[in-house]
Amino acid sequence: MGLSSDDGVMQSTARQVGVEHLLPSPEPVRLLDEHGTQVLPSSARRDYVMPTPERLRAVWRAMVIGRRLDAQSTALTKQGRLAVYPSARGQEACQVAPVLSLGPGDWLFPTYRESMALFTRGIDEVEVLSLLRGDRHCGYDPMRHRTAAQCTPLATQLPHAAGAAYGMKRRGEDGVALAFVGDGGTSEGDFHEGLNFAAVFGAPVVFFVQNNNYAISVPLSKQTKAPSLAYKGIGYGISSEQVDGNDAAAVLSVMDVALAHCRSGNGPFLIEAHTYRMEAHTNADDATRYRTGEEVSTWISRDPVTRLEAWLRERGVIDDETVAAVQAEAEEQAASLRDRMHDDATLRPMSLFDNVFATPTPQVRAAEAMVRAESEAGEQA
Amino acid sequence: MSAMTSVQRLTLAKGLNQGLRKAMEDDPKVVLMGEDVGKLGGVFRITEGLQKDFGEDRVIDTPLAESGIVGTAVGLALRGYRPVVEIQFDGFIYPAFDQIVSQVAKLHARSLGHLKLPMVIRVPFGGGIGAVEHHSESNEAYFAHTAGLRVVAVSDPADAYWMIQQAIRSDDPVMFYEPKRRYHERAEVELDEAAEAPLPLHRARVTREGTDVTLLAYGPTVKTCLQAAEAAAAEGKSLEVVDLRSLSPLDLDTITTSVKKTGRAVTVHEAATFLGMGAELAALVQRECFHHLEAPVLRVGGYNIPYPPSRFEEEFLPGLDRVLDAVDESLAY
Ligand SMILES: Cc1ncc(C[n+]2csc(CCOP(=O)(O)OP(=O)(O)O)c2C)c(N)n1
Ligand SMILES: [Mg+2]
Repeated sequence: MGLSSDDGVMQSTARQVGVEHLLPSPEPVRLLDEHGTQVLPSSARRDYVMPTPERLRAVWRAMVIGRRLDAQSTALTKQGRLAVYPSARGQEACQVAPVLSLGPGDWLFPTYRESMALFTRGIDEVEVLSLLRGDRHCGYDPMRHRTAAQCTPLATQLPHAAGAAYGMKRRGEDGVALAFVGDGGTSEGDFHEGLNFAAVFGAPVVFFVQNNNYAISVPLSKQTKAPSLAYKGIGYGISSEQVDGNDAAAVLSVMDVALAHCRSGNGPFLIEAHTYRMEAHTNADDATRYRTGEEVSTWISRDPVTRLEAWLRERGVIDDETVAAVQAEAEEQAASLRDRMHDDATLRPMSLFDNVFATPTPQVRAAEAMVRAESEAGEQA
Repeated sequence: MSAMTSVQRLTLAKGLNQGLRKAMEDDPKVVLMGEDVGKLGGVFRITEGLQKDFGEDRVIDTPLAESGIVGTAVGLALRGYRPVVEIQFDGFIYPAFDQIVSQVAKLHARSLGHLKLPMVIRVPFGGGIGAVEHHSESNEAYFAHTAGLRVVAVSDPADAYWMIQQAIRSDDPVMFYEPKRRYHERAEVELDEAAEAPLPLHRARVTREGTDVTLLAYGPTVKTCLQAAEAAAAEGKSLEVVDLRSLSPLDLDTITTSVKKTGRAVTVHEAATFLGMGAELAALVQRECFHHLEAPVLRVGGYNIPYPPSRFEEEFLPGLDRVLDAVDESLAY
């Protein structure tokens, strides 16, 4: 800070602000240990309080259902009903807790990994999966659900979130945009542009990095030399945190802090959640080519669902009966999903011309007429 | 300004500026964003004075990152804004290419029409200003090739004034190409409050009538073609000049009506002819006007090489001589 501009010689960009408030905690924030025993987040830099048992029960329930629907979706690929499915098994706490922490005015910007998050958001499962079945690029109405179309080009959704959040701020709404991205995605240019624009515009965005250690086969060690992905926020002046992404209580608590930060006009917030995907990248991937069985099994003991379940049982919030009831509910939803996915949707090829433009152009109309004529000729032949 | 009732002589740059001003007055959801568009008024001064009058919230100096600018504009559009993005120079649009072709162009179709993207991406384009590399490119064909984008190019001050307003009112994304070497050309523009746009956004215009050969041009080469027609007239040849104005969609009616009348067509643009707009025009014209054609459709354009250092521009850009040579070739067929 020694350089100052008032000597008229040297100009400095050094700002007289500390960085303490931006820094993530030295260890991932944790409220439940691997056995589901409550622990004090003693090294945490901010105040994280244990969410209420009711909220945690809701998170647990959505995780149980989400996991079941996720497994059902993978099974649907084997039955030829889905072209591909990127599973989020093992990442349930990250998929569910952030979504349930949102308020009614908030927006969600998901990637291809977020099917479970979208189920949790209350979007019809078949609408969600129509992308992966190959019926539609986005099966739901983004405006109705305040949920953008799932993005496949990595990190491209982040500038969108920055713009949408900036738009909400300009309109005087108190909405926040929650934007998901993976550890690999943090290397893309749009990750950096999205963070920087959100920071400069003071846009209320929670950037939620699910660090599951892999970008397909490439491990995090080949992705970055940053001490933690949470440090990537600091250079942009964004308050950042890291959390045990398999501890749903901690994820919910950190999300609460992040949302409050955004709603109080402090600009964006970055969260790195340490987690692990238990399945391969998608059903089409062979994970044994790049990671060992031992590595995978160390993560079994960190399972997000059993951990929270243990705490809820210990507190007497749930018991065998509740667990059985929620599992039955999950089975029922999986069965319904299975049935509905086995029903082939009627596809209308001519609909492909419907929405190329808001107002169709003569060229689109001409192409449509040509295809219509071809198909009519084909029917007559 | 709003009380202005008369016809004024404006430059193309000023026409754009006045059109932007009018659009911003008409609709508070219109926001301008880009590099240096605020205090400076843009490197070409197209947004001059607008930040002063509409404030920093309406004319936003963004961080320097084209993908971020376009991506953020997408988000603003999702929340009901009508962003007008300025790309500083043609050659710097490429960092935003992914956002434009993968996101801007597709979101409406992808969301089955639920998401509208009423945004305009302004691109000063073309050469002839003696610039260093990356400042003289004509990349319109990349975007015209992309379904979901509307692509237009202005050639004169009145069109600049009207077409920018029409583009901003479009519920579809519009790539708006501005011929930077014509920014300072002047012409009369009707600025009356009650005046209406002389033509819809996607209509071509017969700028000069003729009977022997049709010249199809847009942006900077419209003037080149008008000069060629003038020179040809002195030799007794009658050239018709069609300003396409819209590259996607194309106004095929105006184009084919002209070519059916003259029986000959020459396309003229700065972009390389290989897979350029001229290639599409030639294909469509031969399909639609086959029995009227007296000669093959000929193409005049940039060579298929990187845009050259500025001291070679004269040779590279399609000028009068090359246009007239093509006309002669067509007539001598
Ligand atoms: C721009 C871009 N490049 C490459 C890909 C192909 N691709 C799809 S997923 C993926 C790995 C992404 O890893 P990460 O961001 O960690 O997310 P995860 O899949 O682990 O959830 C890659 C390389 C892509 N979708 N987009
Ligand atoms: Mg990953």
